[in-house]
Amino acid sequence: MAVMEATLPRRLITTPVAGPAIALVLACLFFALNSPQFLTGPNFSLIIQQVMVVGTLAIGQTLIILTAGIDLACGAIMAFGGIVMTKLAVDSGLPPLLAVAAGLAVCAGFGLVNGLLVMKISLPPFIVTLGMLNVVFALTHIYSNEQTITDLPPLLTFLGQTFQIGQTNVTYGSLLTILLFLLFAYLLGSTAWGRHVYALGNSPEVARLTGIRTGRLTVGVYTLAGLVYGIAALLLVSRTGVGDPQAGQTDNLDSITAVVLGGTSLFGGRGLVIGTLVGALIVGVFRNGLQLMGVPSIYQTLITGVLVILAVAVDQLSRRRNR
Amino acid sequence: MTTPVLQARGLVKRYGHVTALDGADFDLMPGEVLAVIGDNGAGKTSLIKALTGALEPDSGEIMLDGKPVRFRSPIDARRHGIETVYQDLAVAASLDIATNMFLGREVRKPGILGRVFRMLDKKHMREESAKHMASLKIGLRSLTQPVESLSGGQRQGVAVARAVAWATHVVVMDEPTAALGVKESGQVLDMIRRVRDGGTPVVLISHNMPHVFEIADRIHVQRLGRRVAQIKPGDHNMAEVVAIMTGALQVTEGKAVVADKGAAEAIGLS
Repeated sequence: MAVMEATLPRRLITTPVAGPAIALVLACLFFALNSPQFLTGPNFSLIIQQVMVVGTLAIGQTLIILTAGIDLACGAIMAFGGIVMTKLAVDSGLPPLLAVAAGLAVCAGFGLVNGLLVMKISLPPFIVTLGMLNVVFALTHIYSNEQTITDLPPLLTFLGQTFQIGQTNVTYGSLLTILLFLLFAYLLGSTAWGRHVYALGNSPEVARLTGIRTGRLTVGVYTLAGLVYGIAALLLVSRTGVGDPQAGQTDNLDSITAVVLGGTSLFGGRGLVIGTLVGALIVGVFRNGLQLMGVPSIYQTLITGVLVILAVAVDQLSRRRNR
Repeated sequence: MTTPVLQARGLVKRYGHVTALDGADFDLMPGEVLAVIGDNGAGKTSLIKALTGALEPDSGEIMLDGKPVRFRSPIDARRHGIETVYQDLAVAASLDIATNMFLGREVRKPGILGRVFRMLDKKHMREESAKHMASLKIGLRSLTQPVESLSGGQRQGVAVARAVAWATHVVVMDEPTAALGVKESGQVLDMIRRVRDGGTPVVLISHNMPHVFEIADRIHVQRLGRRVAQIKPGDHNMAEVVAIMTGALQVTEGKAVVADKGAAEAIGLS
């Protein structure tokens, strides 16, 4: 019997990003009809700037959730990375490039520790990263002495600079965020490593029996996620222009929100990193659109909450139908 | 005399006080389907795990094509061409068929795309998968649909096809029909036959006597950690085989001898 390929339209419908993408388009339409400023280049540039930090964090979060884990410490790790970069560059007088490298390394190091704890002692990721959240939060405040670090060298704020596309100013950070999403979409979709991440999230035992080194893969995923949080730290520093020990305190949950809204399953093994970009944009578009319509910001939080529950409900229902 | 493809002599495995394998022997001949049967706790699973690298025996030796080998892990055994189909741990549910077929053995594109950018050759893997699925006569609408959207029999088919595709020596199947309905079981049995006819010997662990009698060329009976008999399905009926399994009958030089009269009578043999 001939084996046929799924046709393109069928694949578009069955892709887990279809629902979130439609939601995003509908939201854009709604706000475009309700606010004349919404559908403009500068406004979209602003939305991307507003979501790029959480969006980048959510890339790392996606990796971990795909392995059926979760990371509650991502925002705290990012905040610490930001302090390391700025403090080393400003207070310790390290060359900025070296300070950035140190910040990235520290973030990757925390990811490594998370991964080792999850893998070696088989602790639930929820517990490991909950503990790490507190540890890193405390370290951030101890190391920074509760001081905000200002007067950053230009390299640390470079990603906040803009270039022009047509009439619209776009930050280099926005560009970097988009490139990161594309990079990870490629790694997850078109390399053996990506396949193994999905297999691990489906069932660690199946993955192990097919010869995948699941321990190394797990540690690798957490470490790589940590490195991505480091990049998010640089984006954050360049966007705000300061090293702030208070930064990113709700970003762990916001990144999970973006992942879930993007159609990735919290049970692991299902989802796409491009979905996470869509999820982050949904949050950004709602916040921005409601703001333009003059809706108080507390309603934005309310609506985000409703959206998350809706997204997970849709995921559950579609899974039940598939069985 | 032909050399067994896979052979074991005097395998011992102890867990504290419990002896799972007590000097077990094993012989798999070329081109046969060998069923391994035994009561719960007879050491079937331990035997199969030792043969597929999932456990290391305390003593005894394993020979592949007459040469001694040691398997430290399932991957080790796979490198020697021994593929195992596990009962319910066969496939990654959300991945498609071709991906499952090549999981852990992905093929990259030739040239720079593969070497530097590590890009997978999805087309090649799909085509190869299609060939393997077709050779086992597993009809499927699409190779890009996730495995979780398949029926239990088709899913098992994917697992079997993967094992067959990579097995150069032996395919081991652990209760491949246990979770399946009648029709799907039949399909899997057909597949096993095709694998054997393709020249790869199959070790089949099963509780299902009718299936064993339908498909096995020989039966290895495991009891109390040892092989107590090797028989041909034609030489004994099912009741006798069950009696051998439970120790009511003993086999000496191909003849069944009543060892436990009461037990033998209880199951209608006397």
